[in-house]
Amino acid sequence: MLLRELSEAFGVSGGEGEVRRIIRQAVEPLVDEVSTDVLGNLIVFKKGSKSGPRIMLTAHMDEVGLIVAGFENNGLIRFSKVGGIDDRVLVSKVVQIGDKKVPGVIGAKAIHLQRPEERKKSLKVEELYIDIGAKSKEEAEKLVKLGDYIAFYTKYEEIEGGLAKGKAFDNRVGCALVIEALKKEYPYPLYGVFTVQEEVGMRGAGVAAYKIKPDLAIVLEGTTAADVIELKEEGYVTTLGKGPAFTVMDASVIADLKIVNFLIKMAEENQMPYQFRRFTGGGTDAGRISLTREGVRAAVVSVPCRYIHNPANILNLEDVKNTLKLIELFLVDLPEGGLS
Amino acid sequence: MKELIKELTEAYGPSGREDSVRDTLKCMVEPYADEIDVDKMGNLIVRKEGPGKKIMVAAHMDELGLMVTFIDENGFLRFSNIGGISPYILLGERVVFHNGVKGTIGCEKLDNIKDLKLSKMYIDIGFSDKKEAEGKVKIGDVAVYQRSFSDLGGRILAKALDDRVGCAVLVQTLKELEKPANDIYFVFTVQEEVGVRGARTSAYKINPDLGLAVDVTRTGDTPESETMAVSLGKGPTVKVKDTLIITHPKVKKLMVDTAEKNNISYQLEVLERGGTDSGAIHLTREGVPSGVMSIPCRYIHTPSEMVDFGDVQEGVKLLKNILHKKVT
Amino acid sequence: MEVKQFLQKISTSSGVSGAEDEVAEIISSEFAKYSHKVCRDSLGNVLALKKGYEQAEKPLKVMIAAHMDEIGLMVSKIEEGGFLRVSPIGGIDPRSLLNQEVTVHGRRDFSGVIGAKSPHILEPEEIEKGIKIDKLYIDLGFNEDKVKENVAVGDMITIKREFINLANDWVAGKALDDRAGVAVVLKFMQELQKIKHLADVYAVATVQEEVGVRGALVSAFGVAPQIGIAVDVTHGDMPGVAAYKTSEIGKGTVITTGPNFHPLIYKKLGEIAEEYGIPCQKDTASGPTGTDARALQISREGIATGLVSIPLRYMHTSVETLSFSDIKSSARLLAHFVASLQGDFVEELIICY
Repeated sequence: MLLRELSEAFGVSGGEGEVRRIIRQAVEPLVDEVSTDVLGNLIVFKKGSKSGPRIMLTAHMDEVGLIVAGFENNGLIRFSKVGGIDDRVLVSKVVQIGDKKVPGVIGAKAIHLQRPEERKKSLKVEELYIDIGAKSKEEAEKLVKLGDYIAFYTKYEEIEGGLAKGKAFDNRVGCALVIEALKKEYPYPLYGVFTVQEEVGMRGAGVAAYKIKPDLAIVLEGTTAADVIELKEEGYVTTLGKGPAFTVMDASVIADLKIVNFLIKMAEENQMPYQFRRFTGGGTDAGRISLTREGVRAAVVSVPCRYIHNPANILNLEDVKNTLKLIELFLVDLPEGGLS
Repeated sequence: MKELIKELTEAYGPSGREDSVRDTLKCMVEPYADEIDVDKMGNLIVRKEGPGKKIMVAAHMDELGLMVTFIDENGFLRFSNIGGISPYILLGERVVFHNGVKGTIGCEKLDNIKDLKLSKMYIDIGFSDKKEAEGKVKIGDVAVYQRSFSDLGGRILAKALDDRVGCAVLVQTLKELEKPANDIYFVFTVQEEVGVRGARTSAYKINPDLGLAVDVTRTGDTPESETMAVSLGKGPTVKVKDTLIITHPKVKKLMVDTAEKNNISYQLEVLERGGTDSGAIHLTREGVPSGVMSIPCRYIHTPSEMVDFGDVQEGVKLLKNILHKKVT
Repeated sequence: MEVKQFLQKISTSSGVSGAEDEVAEIISSEFAKYSHKVCRDSLGNVLALKKGYEQAEKPLKVMIAAHMDEIGLMVSKIEEGGFLRVSPIGGIDPRSLLNQEVTVHGRRDFSGVIGAKSPHILEPEEIEKGIKIDKLYIDLGFNEDKVKENVAVGDMITIKREFINLANDWVAGKALDDRAGVAVVLKFMQELQKIKHLADVYAVATVQEEVGVRGALVSAFGVAPQIGIAVDVTHGDMPGVAAYKTSEIGKGTVITTGPNFHPLIYKKLGEIAEEYGIPCQKDTASGPTGTDARALQISREGIATGLVSIPLRYMHTSVETLSFSDIKSSARLLAHFVASLQGDFVEELIICY
């Protein structure tokens, strides 16, 4: 599975180029048609043998990150956040800027130079800088441009016990799953859609769905697992190792019950683990897709990931395997004519 | 018509789980419809054929609900809200699930009542352990307020008057509509409370020339209330603005002229916070001139909403007269 | 009409979101002088079409959008004594409204004043806190009966402010957000009379941007262009705000990059500015912007979007201030940009990924 390559690739919302290239190369031999649209969504198509239902299997390519917003005279770089990031995780992280991946560090005043009251408050974006080692504004501007995207720098590593650590598991794990699923053959017309800009408002998905006009959509995601110390079990949202998580309802969509029940049926008939995403906050591409034109039946299946939207996430590779197996079963066993 | 409102408000139908109330509505409208359809999202679309322009009249079937997110070892249910619910309204409330299981709402001990939030509350359905509870409810099941309809004489007290009273107005109008001067689509929408979702897709499908939503709105006639120029008993309202729509001046004029010509009492409404299905309808495709007729309602989004029956009847009158007029 | 005169006329006329007729009339008749067809759609957007020199089967369509609505108020209740309570339309800062003169559009237009306590009777704590909108009221000077005969709940209220000429060809007034953008579009259409262009140009003065880019949403769906450029205002430099967050007044038009914009559109705007020596500044936006561009980008199957902005100080107050030279730069940039559009550029927009 391409999880390592995808996780380490650079693809902040609006600048998904590298991720799109990797995915395109991987899926080209597996499908009948490949295209992009004006927003940068990558849309691939496998004809299948039957005429319907038309299925959209989708994952977003983009990750949260930063963007170069200005330069100080001394060569330090000012930035803004792209997507939802907790300001507090930014300080002291390593980043890469632009197509050339210029390395930088996020710095702020050293604690030695801070007053006691300052140390108690969390640092906001406006108080942080990125240092690329440039000595002046002119030098900095030669290395990076205004508007260059900035991604966290994290190496992918597998951890003993079948876990993995890396950045952007939300949603490179989803992308990896769609790619893997495309390796098999299915009876129905299948669109694999790798969307852009989910993290800044699910901007790519609706546009793609408008064009494709699917009957049914499954969104694959990497979602919050908060199964850690300091939180009670009812606040976990999802739990690592307990299998793919089905969304019942999030802030953007109420999952189509028929699809969810069919997924449960597939899981139970094949003795596979599954859980529910026990939280109604957070939106996904399913929100936009389900409201396109006359409406599209949609559901979301997620791999639990700890610390999403931060530089270092953790997931369980068994969950990834089980999610893939479930999606493949779903696509093969779906009754002809859909689930109405 | 009070019977109609009673049946509709007592039905079960939180956002995303409207099947039950839709089935009830379907039976009610079948004898009067030229065409009936249920679309992909679950909207119930009832057509009364007529010449000329297409008018879409919408009222939402869904009500607020509480969705189970976790069942603990002692059988207590943690939940999240579907639609806008204030935690203070829930304390001590009775709720009921689709399968009839009943419960009440409790909360953790608090140092300060101001710290109350939904995550500190739970539903107690009276079972002693997880296994027993799991036999009765699952994660994802939704409970609604458990309240019966009360006829207070001139006024009505019930849960889900938002927007079952709107649905009732549509049903009654459909019954009394003789020869429509326009091609009318009565749409009983889903998922309004979570973002006017059903209206969006059904409007796209129908592609109407004019849109009208029938919903409830708050009043400013209770002690020390927020400023609001609407009161119970002064007639249905012609909405001018809310968070999602600034009513098209032509539609506002049509509604006001129709009311005045037919001696129907009405009020003008400016709603500070809140939106209706017309918010979605008017932005469909290339735009649809739209408006809203609201039934004034006290205590919206609580288990005990109150409307004036006279306002409801005037509402039916107004809607009928608007639909009888040929739209240009 | 000369563009500065036009700007003065539309700045002082009335057009709160949802009630743009008065200003739409003026804009329609001016736009009509430079286009083949002008019409208004169901929400009230003004759409002017200037056809390109070649009529292909599937013409290249570019939409230029500037919003004509302004923020304002609406009568929410008539209180005892005939005083009017108000509800905001768009993001209005209530603190800028104290003792502001207004026009209430009732049966006729009436002049009013937003009441404010005289300093003699103010408590010290009151002076510290910012005023909230539900505490404001409008005084028309009439008794309750006269008010009720002439004004109703839902009537629109416009801020009253004359247009002011400042030094250095700077101007100040109300509603320059985004009537300045509309003026740019007019100048752009005047410039276009002298340049050949392939693309069919839809110049759209949109409605209801201030309450949720509603006009842009429906007009973009109706026009279905391949390229959409929004023309709006952006924050001008001022003390207390970090320099990297603002643009300099008088130093040229501003082009913006970020997820809301197609990278090749941004690139081309920059190249055109350089080629024609048009003063141009650059800015970033890290998400969907507070302009019509955010609606344009995700219409139907997507539109390649760009943004051209005029630096402006004191946004959403009645004394918005800008440099007229930036209006001229913006119009020139748009004209040369549109003239440069060819079919292969449009193809590039999709296959460049």
